[in-house]
Amino acid sequence: MRNKAESPLFETCLRLGDTALILGQRLAEWSSKAPNVELDIALSNQALDLIGQARLFLDYAGRVEGKGRDEDALAYHRLDHEFRNFMIAELPNGDFAHTMVRQLFFGTFAHLLFEDMRKSSDAEFAAIAAKAEKEMAYHARHSGEWTVRLGDGTEESHERAQAAVNALWPYVHELFTVDAVDQEMIDAGVLPDAGVLKASWQADIEAVLARATLSVPEDDWQPEGGKSGRHTEHLSYLLAEMQVLPRAYPDAKW
Amino acid sequence: MVMGAAAVEPSRADAAWAVLSGVMDPEIPVVSVVDLGIVREVREEGGELEVIITPTYTGCPATKQIEFDVRLALDKGGFEDAALSIALAPAWSTDWITEKGRAELKAFGIAPPEGAATSKRELFSGDRNVQCPHCGARDTEMVSEFGSTACKSLWRCRSCREPFDYFKCI
Repeated sequence: MRNKAESPLFETCLRLGDTALILGQRLAEWSSKAPNVELDIALSNQALDLIGQARLFLDYAGRVEGKGRDEDALAYHRLDHEFRNFMIAELPNGDFAHTMVRQLFFGTFAHLLFEDMRKSSDAEFAAIAAKAEKEMAYHARHSGEWTVRLGDGTEESHERAQAAVNALWPYVHELFTVDAVDQEMIDAGVLPDAGVLKASWQADIEAVLARATLSVPEDDWQPEGGKSGRHTEHLSYLLAEMQVLPRAYPDAKW
Repeated sequence: MVMGAAAVEPSRADAAWAVLSGVMDPEIPVVSVVDLGIVREVREEGGELEVIITPTYTGCPATKQIEFDVRLALDKGGFEDAALSIALAPAWSTDWITEKGRAELKAFGIAPPEGAATSKRELFSGDRNVQCPHCGARDTEMVSEFGSTACKSLWRCRSCREPFDYFKCI
């Protein structure tokens, strides 16, 4: 049976840590196959930033939980329904435009979130946010510049970038939802209210899309569920690859 | 700061600082972890020493190696009893790289961070006209926001035509 009695702080650590971990794993899939060597390095470095952030959040999650699970146990020995990442992180990379637009959408959100979270009443969250905020600013800028180059580029790059914006737009909704767990953390001053960040996010993204000659989609369907463990089928395949070694050889060291 | 007797002869903390100054960054072996601002504090209380270091980027693969190298240097330098702790806050900033560290980076072929760390989200606002560490020209351009490591971006000099790494401000 699923344990419904986990603490909101543990749950929040998982949401932030899992999102960073899964997106980091996705970006790492670009290693050796990005459009050019500079982008290969850039995407691998951004994957490293995210995995670094994931380690901090999952290590903290393990200590909050107090059942002896460390960051590796949480990353490698949980099943798909136990992951709490936003679904936008687990979606397949698609083409380069999809990867850049997702990085812009998520990076801008994460930067705004961490900027506020530096003032968290939880000292550990505040410390992680102060570091992650600086890193995510670079991700948002890098992907923003590429969104402009692609959108305001050739006919094909424009079409692909617009297709990416349209495909990813529904998944943005989940970033700004506030459920009971979030509300408890917001009331305790631990977590910024994502709902309040939406307006800044929208303004920033609209400015980038305008510069990229891309149009802002109409709000349509709004899938959600990742935060409570209901994921797309894509997550299971990603986990199968990410977890295979520690599951096959639980004591492996290298 | 320890007052009184300790002020007369070099304290153990000062001796530990000297040992730590000899620990080089594994990726940039000409700059010490002290000059990079990674060693934050050497605390001395009641004869107990505590060395506090901070990671640079959260995902920096050199973090573990740095921790190991610092521990090894302390042990070899006669500070086996010194505690080593990692502090995340305050977050490491390139503002903490010393003048000596900056000069050493430049001599190694890496342009040191210019100016203070500020928000970096404005598009196409990459640090302009970074000085080429090879020829000193400022007629340079960024090739990629991310270089050989997350902490560096990749540049080229239009004057001497050489590529170079620039240590980003964070």
